[in-house]
Amino acid sequence: MAESRFVYVTFIRTTPEKLWRALMEPEFTRRYWHDTVQECEWKPGAAWRIVKPDGSTADSGEVVEIEPYKRLVLKWQNHMFPEMTAEGFSRLTYELEEKGDSVKLTVTHEMDRKDSKLISAVSGGWPQILSSLKSLLETGESLESTRTWPKGM
Amino acid sequence: MAAMSADVDLVFKALAAPERRLLLDRLRARNGQTLGELCAHLEMTRQAVTKHLRVLEKASLVVCIWQGREKLHYLNPVPIHEIGEKWIGKYERGRLRALSELKKKLEENENG
Repeated sequence: MAESRFVYVTFIRTTPEKLWRALMEPEFTRRYWHDTVQECEWKPGAAWRIVKPDGSTADSGEVVEIEPYKRLVLKWQNHMFPEMTAEGFSRLTYELEEKGDSVKLTVTHEMDRKDSKLISAVSGGWPQILSSLKSLLETGESLESTRTWPKGM
Repeated sequence: MAAMSADVDLVFKALAAPERRLLLDRLRARNGQTLGELCAHLEMTRQAVTKHLRVLEKASLVVCIWQGREKLHYLNPVPIHEIGEKWIGKYERGRLRALSELKKKLEENENG
């Protein structure tokens, strides 16, 4: 049972296929996820990592479940802050659900640990990244604040 | 854009009641509460809380997850963030430009 959990929901006027690609492919993530890319073969058990613009690893883990255009579950460990690395793996789930002309994207980030520092630290970042993803897919433009890696991080 | 404005209407309507903002405050303090936990120490009937939660859920401000037989309520900050980006984000940029113009003018005067 998850002791720490945040849930984020956003409705994006797009298709599940396009949203799925936007969550994974570098030409999208660079624009709304602080100029980062993800390295992964996108199959169960495959290693996964988020690569910062300087080439170092921000977070890493592996694919737990993958059902294209519907659901992705990742094991996720942070590598930027020692106290968060020490917490071990969190679990990230993306769920995509078609609703009329939109897709409901639910992002759940959780950890089997009370008062997880990682889960609370990312709670400010996710709304920004998801708003920017929505903006990118609906208007073609991501939010300016998410196009580059934050200074001093 | 009709869909977008309908979503925004739901968010503003949901936020327009102090009882509902109080529920969001409770979730902000501790995320993932059951209906029973949310009702404790509130001067609202269970029925009233249920009704307010439904409005918050419709606006996506609250998201529910079933854990076994328990329905847990989570505060979803994304719609509020989107509203902030839509208006305040732009305002911020304009204000920063105005400030740097002012600085430039004042410094020009000082030098001249």
